[in-house]
This record gives sequence, C-alpha cells and structure tokens, in this order.
Amino acid sequence: MSSRLTREDVAKVAALARLRLSDEELDLFTEQLSKILGHADDMAALDLTGVAATAHPFGLINIVRPDVVTPSLNRDAFLSQAPDVQDFRFAVPRIVGEAP
Amino acid sequence: MTSAHDIAARVAAGSSATTEVETSLTAISQRNAELNVFLYVDEEGARAAAHQVDERIARGEKLPLAGVPVALKDNLCTEGIPTTCSSKILEGWRPPYTATVVERLLAAGAIPMGKTNLDEFAMGSSTENSAFGPTLNPLDPRRVPGGSSGGSAAAIAAGMTPISLGSDTGGSIRQPAALCGVVGIKPTYGLVSRYGVIAFASSLDQVGPFAANVADAALTLEVIAGHDRMDSTSLPETSPSLVAHLKDGVAGRRVGYVKELVDGSDPDVAAAVAAAVEVLRAQGATIVEMSIPELQLGLSAYYLIAPAEASSNLARYDGVRFGLRVDGDDVAGMNEATRTAGFGAEVKRRIMLGTYALSAGYFDAYYGQALKVRTLTINAFQKAYADVDFLIGATTPSVAFPFGSKTKDPMAMYLNDVFTIPSNLAGDPAVSVPFGRGEANLPIGVQLLGPGRSEAGLLAAAQVLEDAERAR
Repeated sequence: MSSRLTREDVAKVAALARLRLSDEELDLFTEQLSKILGHADDMAALDLTGVAATAHPFGLINIVRPDVVTPSLNRDAFLSQAPDVQDFRFAVPRIVGEAP
Repeated sequence: MTSAHDIAARVAAGSSATTEVETSLTAISQRNAELNVFLYVDEEGARAAAHQVDERIARGEKLPLAGVPVALKDNLCTEGIPTTCSSKILEGWRPPYTATVVERLLAAGAIPMGKTNLDEFAMGSSTENSAFGPTLNPLDPRRVPGGSSGGSAAAIAAGMTPISLGSDTGGSIRQPAALCGVVGIKPTYGLVSRYGVIAFASSLDQVGPFAANVADAALTLEVIAGHDRMDSTSLPETSPSLVAHLKDGVAGRRVGYVKELVDGSDPDVAAAVAAAVEVLRAQGATIVEMSIPELQLGLSAYYLIAPAEASSNLARYDGVRFGLRVDGDDVAGMNEATRTAGFGAEVKRRIMLGTYALSAGYFDAYYGQALKVRTLTINAFQKAYADVDFLIGATTPSVAFPFGSKTKDPMAMYLNDVFTIPSNLAGDPAVSVPFGRGEANLPIGVQLLGPGRSEAGLLAAAQVLEDAERAR
C-alpha cells in the first residue's frame, strides 16, 4: 500500500468533503496529508489478521425508553438560529434546475 | 485565588455569592485583553446567577459548589449564550439548549462566568488553531497554554476562576493542564454526559474538570458525573464518591512505571516523573517497571480514527440549519462555499484525512487497521492492569513551547499527544497533576492512568503527589 497521496487524490477528497481548495492549498495539503499518512505506515505494516476491530470503547447497545410522548425542544428556538427560514422550514437555494 | 471548597463553604455560611463573582470579574478584566482566555464573558448572567445562589442558600439548600465561579470551554452549549467552538462557521450562533454538564454545575450552585478559547472544534494542542486568535500562557505569554482546552486551563493558571471545564479527545484536558501547571482529569468514557457537547470524535470525546488543586477537581467531577438519559453512551451508574477518598493514599498499591510513557520526553520531564515515582514508593506503593510497546501505535491509530469520526460529525456544518451561510448557485455550491469560508486549515486537514481514510479502496488499510490497533491498545492496558493498580508517566514530552514552533508541521504538533492518546482509545480515565519544574522554571505534568472507573484511586494518588509538591 502506498501512503503517497497525489494532488488529484486530495482534490477528489476535498470535493467529497464539500471543500474548495486553491492551487497553493492543494500543494500544501498534498504534502502534509502524505506525511501524516506516512506516519501510519508502522501501523499498516502490522499483520493484524484475527484481531477484532473496536469502534467504541465499551461497545454500543441500543437504548430504549417507553414509547410515551415527552416534551421536546422548541421548534421556533431552533429556527431562530437558521440562516434562512420560510414557513417554519429551513430554506435552501433551489435544488432542481429549470425545465429544459 | 481561593479554592472552590473554601468559596462554597463561606457562601454556604452566608457570605454573598456576588462577592465571588465580582472577584472573578475583576481578575478576568485585568488580564483577558492580554491573554485572550475568554471569548465571551457573561457579566450579567453571572451576577443574576449569584443572586439566585444567595436566595437558594437563604432557603436552606445545600449546594456543593455554592457561588463558585466556573469557566466553560466554548464547545459546551449554553442556551442563549454564544457558542462558537472557536470557529467562524458558528460565529454568532446561540444554542437553543444547555449541555447537561452545565445544567449540573448550575444546580450545584456554580456560576458560569463565560466561554473559553480553544483550538477550532477542539482540533489542536496549542489554541493556535482558534479562529479568534491564540490564548497566551499566563505563566509565560510567549508560550502556548496547550490545547485544545487552552482557555479553560489558562483561566485557572491566571486566577480568573477556581474551576473550569474542558473536553479531552486525545489529551485536550491533560496536556493544557500540564503546560499551565494545573490539575486536569479525563474521566472514564461515559462517566460524564456528552449531551450538548459539540461533537469532534464521538467515541473518544469526554468532558472533565480543571482546578488549581486535586480536591477542587475531584469535587467538580463529582458534580458533573453520573448517568444522563439524554446521552445514549452514558454509563448507568450515579456519580462516584471521589472527595471522600482523597486521603486514601497509595500504601499497598502497585504502580506501573511505563517506559513508553516517558521515552522521547525532555530530560527535565523524565526527571520529574522519576521523582514522582520515588514519592509514591516512599508512601508505600510498589513500583513495577513496565514496557507496553502497543502504546506507541496509539498516535497513528488516533490520527485516523479521530479525523474519520470528525469528517462525519462535521458534515452537519452545511449552511442550512445553524451558523454561517455563504451563498452559492445551488445547494451543493452553497454547502461548499460555506464550509470553505467557515473552517480553518487544521479542521479542513482533518476532515480531508478522515474522508480519505473512510473512502472506498482505503477503508480497510487505514480506518479498519486503526480500529484493530485500538483493540491492541485496550488489550495491552488490560494485561497491565492485571498486574498493577495504575500506571504513571509524563503527560507531555516537554514544558510549554513557544508560539509558532510547531505550526508549520502538523505531525510535530500531533506528537505532543503521544502520551495522552492511549487513554482515549481505551476509554480509560487519566489525571495530569503538576509535579516539579523544568526549562525556564515552567511546570511539568505527571500523568496517572487507570482502568475504567478508577477515578477515586487515581485522585488519591494525585493527592499524594500534590502534598509532596507543596512540602518541597
């Protein structure tokens, strides 16, 4: 496994993460991220066949409560902090383009 | 500054909480412009809270933190009070609810004074990643206070408040505690509620206290700990008894002196740990020299696991429901413009690192491998705790470092967390207690680590070190 990232790899990851990078940032992050991933080579080289993965220190279990209506947080308080609101809903720029 | 214990005692005896608030406000006003500890000081709220505490005391209520000023890391939600995570993307946001830990402090009579500076989204070890400028170390303003909870550690070191809260994902309480010469506790995962704590890496994040002494830190942890039904990862039990065990000492305890928790540290730090070990031995502990090589893999695993979780947690900052929005041609364009303008370089770096580690083709090699190393770390700790009660080592490789000395190379900054990360991976508690002085007469933190739910024993050991330090 190569730990070297290319400029194209970083551009792709940035697009996935909804981040726009300048040319200078692309150069810088390519170098820095390659170095950080290079540090993980010690770990990547280990043969961990048969070792279980731990995603959470104590394991997660489903927590349930009786299905009874309880008070929830105030809708208007949440909407008051949104950048744009229309008719008690979060408003966003148009998603679907004009019909051809 | 007067201890939290002494303040609570005199307010309970009838002294006004307003006096304590004014003392804290004066201390803040004297140095905050210089040190940038608080991003927001809630003068009005603190004075109102003091009146309420006085009324509750007059009604006969018993309040363990009566009138005690507290500083809150600015990743803890406070209803109606700005909560920024030191990020432009949340600038101006006022949460519609309050974190459980803050509710519990208020219920105990503590008085929140305001919100403290941090590395943006708690990603960093120096507060140099704050969008609102770094916090300066009160002991030497040319040096960093540590991070990410640098503001909360500095608030104690500058005598602004006797107690504060931080959060620790890879060392963000213990490392600044060490660099500022104060006590810091990273509790067992799940002991303290994360409800209302802005998420960085959810399987690692844990809230804990800072204080100028072990007893005040223990008291604060007692107040904030215990089950919370609003956090599905919260442990089922009620808060442990800690203050009552502070004088338990270490006689008969077995302590592992771990090579990998000292190797690579500066000579002054290694000497302080060695001296602390001798204090524990003199107080009746049995010292067992140990090597736990698996701990050295922790750093690599952490810097894949934490960014992977962060890349997912920080997807919510999309310009739709709260915080910053920068317009774009369509929704995706708006998302991208908002995140590009709102996040700083370190946050972008970690989001991209995490996105890469989770992406198709690399998942098994990076994230999957890191989760297996996490298992190795947990197993190695369990093996050690079959032989000893707790472990001792350094909190950080060096004393507080100068501004700018590690900002060019992210890896150099990450290496600061090498001794603190293993406890987060395992979900175990650890304490940093000031012990000895190093370069430039700056404080050194000694770290005590134990298995899950061992806080009472760890704090008793920390108390032994604090007593020895005071007697020197």
